[in-house]
Parts: sequence; structure tokens; C-alpha cells
Amino acid sequence: MSVSAPPATLPRLLTGMTSSGAMTLDHHFEIHGALPALARRRRDSALALVNELERSGLRGRGGAAFPTAVKVTAVAAARGRAVVVANGCEGEPASHKDRLLLERLPHLVIDGALLVAHAVDAGEVVIAVDEQATRAARATDKALRERSDLSRGAPRVRLVTVPSGYVSGQEAAIVNFLNGGPAKPTGGPTPIFERGVKGRPTLMNNVETLAHVALIARHGAAWFRALGAYGEPGSTLVTLGGAVAQPGVFEIEMGASIASLVDAAGGPTAQLRAFMVGGYAGTWVPADIGYQLPLSPDELREFGASLGAGIVFALPSTACPVAELAFVARWLSGQSAGQCGPCVYGLEAIAAALEQVRVGVGGEGTLAQIRRWAALASGRGACAHPDGVARFITSGTEVFAEELVDHAHRGPCAGCVQRHLLPTPVAPTAQRAT
Amino acid sequence: MSLPLAATVGPSAYWYLTRSTGTMAMVLLTLSVVLGVIDVQRYSSTRLPRFIVDGMHRSVSLLAVVFLVVHIVTAALDSFASIPLIDAVVPFAGSYRPLWLGLGAASFDLVIAVVITSLARKRLGYRAWRFTHWFAYASWPLALLHGLGTGSDVKTTWMIAISGGCIAAVLFSVCIRVASGWPGQVGLRTAAAGVAVCFAGGVALWLPGGPLGAGWAKRSGTPTSLLRPAAVRSPR
Amino acid sequence: MTSRLRVNWIACEAHGMCAELLPERITLDDWGYPIIDERPIPPELEAHARRAADACPTLALALAAERARRR
Repeated sequence: MSVSAPPATLPRLLTGMTSSGAMTLDHHFEIHGALPALARRRRDSALALVNELERSGLRGRGGAAFPTAVKVTAVAAARGRAVVVANGCEGEPASHKDRLLLERLPHLVIDGALLVAHAVDAGEVVIAVDEQATRAARATDKALRERSDLSRGAPRVRLVTVPSGYVSGQEAAIVNFLNGGPAKPTGGPTPIFERGVKGRPTLMNNVETLAHVALIARHGAAWFRALGAYGEPGSTLVTLGGAVAQPGVFEIEMGASIASLVDAAGGPTAQLRAFMVGGYAGTWVPADIGYQLPLSPDELREFGASLGAGIVFALPSTACPVAELAFVARWLSGQSAGQCGPCVYGLEAIAAALEQVRVGVGGEGTLAQIRRWAALASGRGACAHPDGVARFITSGTEVFAEELVDHAHRGPCAGCVQRHLLPTPVAPTAQRAT
Repeated sequence: MSLPLAATVGPSAYWYLTRSTGTMAMVLLTLSVVLGVIDVQRYSSTRLPRFIVDGMHRSVSLLAVVFLVVHIVTAALDSFASIPLIDAVVPFAGSYRPLWLGLGAASFDLVIAVVITSLARKRLGYRAWRFTHWFAYASWPLALLHGLGTGSDVKTTWMIAISGGCIAAVLFSVCIRVASGWPGQVGLRTAAAGVAVCFAGGVALWLPGGPLGAGWAKRSGTPTSLLRPAAVRSPR
Repeated sequence: MTSRLRVNWIACEAHGMCAELLPERITLDDWGYPIIDERPIPPELEAHARRAADACPTLALALAAERARRR
């Protein structure tokens, strides 16, 4: 599959990335080599790609970590002309990697999309991007125009902007939107790999996953596996935010410790209290444990954590974790699609209760109520949004138990009055249906 | 078509049956509307759990349909007015009081639609069922006007009392429903309440000059052959 | 062959009839939405479970038969 594999070092995806502007097609081919020639018989090249993906052990980078080879095979086996969707919607506010890929390295994503589209014989490729990510949309559009291979009988590739929202980037939500409905999860029984966009088998991959596919197809599974540790191969993009000198998107080896990530970001700017791992559907880890934590799915699972969409946030001791939890819970409650009772009422109750605890009106009974409501919210909705919030809040009540009890008894602390650190963006138009 | 049930010239047992079952169907239809509103208002108590109210609504509705069917069949069987069966589903095409009978047929058509969609609910899905079910509200006034327009017993006290009771019950239920449903649609709700009140008022105003007035049988379109000869005034 | 109860959470409007008809497996949360006991439905409760599913005004409750999972 490859001519000569580059060395097993970082960077891989981020190779040759300049300080601003998108990488041109020529530069892209110069650095990574030409797109592997697709064998004349589609079946051969499709099989070759799937085998390589399987051997590489690549898992999705959108948060679910589903084995990519299995997904591609499932769609290829389904009946009907497939559709490929490159998911760059990135609903997690603390994540910027997908936007970065589309703004600066769009050709990696397009390569990957074309490769999997060929493997599943897709007639159409959709690149989905958040409607507020205008730079990413412009860069992707420009990149698509640069490519002549798109006009030669290859599948139709189009860029679609999806309304902003935390749940809008969910698989079923994007499919629903592409089918003319709202960008809200549908919770239907049929998986999208069987019936998705326009009723066709739909292969949806995160844009980072597709970027990895683009390189694995060129350099092979062995090259991919040359990096990585703790049973998880390859490299991955992580957005590091919070109290570090240079927050941003980093490419790390799977299994690298949080400490090495923080070092790469210039070190902490204050003493750290805890790390948020995996975004707002993720978990909290106390700083001392977190530093040594290897960022690999297996190791993280031991702590009930997961990398999610590649998000780590360093919370300093100067911030108030109770305020952070309360504000994010309020934001997450507002981000509910508003379709399912347990989510609408449960998240609202949790958010209100956390605010009560923060200002000292709610007592320890309220804390118990929060834990009960979080447990109730899990698994009782059309999507995993309430489950994610439940996990995030429950983990927060464990890690920050001391601060929560303190607030319950004594009200707001000095840290409460600061602007809260965790991002809670406000969309320009109202998202939630009444 | 006629069966030799009674070899008289006047109304047969079928005629009485159709009138009584028609009245019963009206009462049951009214009860169904009331129960439907109690159901959708989610009223419940330990003595009357929701599934009982819901079950009663369904059972009363089906019972109303049974009485309706008997009402229609006996009307067709009766030889007095010779109303063909087709007039039960095709409105306004008959020869006996076409307008007032037709209203009954229109009501029956809506009832059929509601019943079929309800029985096939699982296959049709919730949205199709809910959409059709709204027409149940329309079937009731049609049935009432049909009863008042064609009914032979309209002028009796008991029939007026029953009709008044039905109107009051449905008016009350509609007002309750309109007061609490659809929080956002104040205009639509006021319009619905207005229509209901106007309908009740309109019926009250129309009755004295209409079915309760003189010569209604002729004015409503009874074929001349069936009319009783007018009283002959004794010459002065 | 066992059966399991499944809720369509978008369709559910917290009418609560399911909990009245199958209290052995369904209770209501603080807002009237059903909390389903995930255990499979035994044969003696099958008829009640089916009745509960039929009673749901919005057809949100379904009784899905599934083969016993082979380990």
C-alpha cells in the first residue's frame, strides 16, 4: 500500500501545518504523497483498504471510538447506494480539532472521505460543518474546488452547514437534518448504516478519523501502529484548554500521559485542581491522579473516564468547581433538543439544584437529589445527551464533593464571582424549541 | 325493501327502533365526547385511574357505533320512509329530508373514519390517528342537528330535555378542553370556544322556529306522500 | 423467547397509563415519565405488558419479543 513509510514519530496529521491558512493541494501531495491509486476493480481496492484499517486498529475519533473497519464493512454490506458523511460539526465547545482540520488541512479529510466512499461504493459524500464555523467552511469549499479528481466520475462531494448546537452533531441529528428535518436526534430503531440519508446506508465518520484513513491508506497499518501504547495504536488529536500556557490542539501518541500533554502546552499557569477529560459528556479526574493518567481508552476506563472527542481541560485551583459545574449544567440543559421528558425536566432540575447549592440555598439533601436525578436521566432519552450530562455531573459531585458541601453550608466562595472558565457559547439564534 | 313486521299503514316497529337507537346513539356519542375530554385532560384519582377513563371512552364509543348501526339498519328496513342504506354514507343524496338526513350521514362518515383509524392505530402510527381524531369533535354537532332535523320526537319534552342535556355536557367539556389545552394558541382556542357557544346559542334560537315550529315535517323535506293531511278548517 | 419493554422517549408524553397497568415493571419518575425495569417480562406478566403497550395513547411503549441471547 505504501511506497516508503515515514518514520514513526509525531507529527503525523499535523505535519507541515503552517501558522495560518489552509494547506494547498500541491503542498499536501508533496508532504504525504499522492492518493493511493485505486485498483481498477473496486472490490479489490475496497477490500485492501478495509483490511488495512482492520490491521491498523483505527477507532473513530468522534467520541464513540467505534472500530472504523467494522463500520465501513457494515455499510458496504448494506443494501442500496451508500452515502458518506464526514462529520465536522464538533458540538463540544471545548473541542477545536475538527475545525482545525477543516480550516488548515482539509485535503486530509477529503482524501479520507474519497477513500471510504470508494470502498463502500458511495454515490455521494457530504462534509458537514457547524454553520458558525465560517472559516472551516470557506477553507473546505476552496479545497474542494482545487481538486480535479472530483470531476472525474468520483462521487459527488458537497459541503453542508448544520445549525449550531451541542446535540446537532449527533449522528442521527445530522442525518435528520440532511433529510430535511431539524438537526435533532431521532432515536429510531434502524441504525444509519442500514438506512440514513435519503433512506440509504450511511457511513458517518468524524473528520479526524478520515484524516487517519488518508494516511493509513498511504503508509500502511504497520506504520500506524508504530506509535501508540497501552494497546491503543496510532496518534490522536487532543484539544487542551484551561490553565496552561499555550492551550490549543495537539497531536499526541495514544497513551501519552496528561503530564506530557500539559508540558507540550508550556506547562500549567497555576496550581491545578482537576482535569476534565472527554468534554461535557466526560468525567473529572483530580489533578494529582490526572497528571500520570495515560490517555488511552483502556487506562482511562479504569477511572470510569474516556477521551471522548479528544478533550482535556485543566481546571486551576483558583477557579470555583461548583460554579463551573453549575454554569455548564445550565448550558447543557438549554442544549437539550427538547424532545424527551426525562432529559428536559431532569437536566433542568439538576441545573437549578446546582445553582441552589452554589449560592448556599440547597443543602446536602439537594446534593443527594442531584445524584438521584442524574441516575434517572441516564438511558431515558432518544440520544445519549442526558447520559453524558449525568456522567459529567455525577463525576463532578464525586471529585468536588468537598467544595460542594462547603458551598451548601456557606454559600458562594471568592472564586464564584470570576467569569467561569469552561466555555458555554451562545448561539446567535434560539436553538431550543419551546 | 320491507319485511312484513306489522301490516299497518303507519310506522312499524322498525321506525320506533330507529328513533330510540338514534337517541341512544346521540346520548352515547355525547358521553364519548365528555369521556374523551376527561381522558385528554388527564384527570385521575385512585378510584378512577387513567386507564379506566381511557377504556371507558373506547368502550362507550364502540357502543355508540353499535347503536348507530342498528339505527341505520332499522331506518333502512322500515317501509314507511323507504330510506335506502346508501343514504347512510352518502350525504344529501336521498329523498327523505335530504339536508337533515345528510347531516347524519356526514356524521356517520366521520365516525367511521375515527373508528377505523383507532382500531388500526398501531399500523397507522400516532400522527395519522391523532389528526383524524380531531374530526370526532365535528361529528357531534352534525349528529345533533340531524337528530333535531329528522327526529319525529323533537317536540316532546323528554327529547328536548335530552338534547339540552347533551348540548350542555358537550359545551361544558369543550370549554374545559379549550381552557387548558394548547398553551401557545390563544387565538385558536378562543375561536373554538366562540364557535361552541355560538353553536349552542344558534340551536336554541333556531329550535322554536324550526323543528319545534309548525309544519316542520314539510319544511324539512319530507316527501309529500308521507305527510299527514293538513287539518281542514271547518268553514265559518 | 423473552419480551422486553421499550420506550420511544420522543413520543412519550407522560400519560402514565403504563404504570397503572404494569406496576410490577413500571414506575413513574418525578415528572410522570416511566422508569422501566429492564428485566425481561416473564410469561405470567406478558398479557399485562401487552395491555400496557396497547393502552399508551401515543404508542410510545412497545413490547419487543427477542430471542434469548446466546452467550
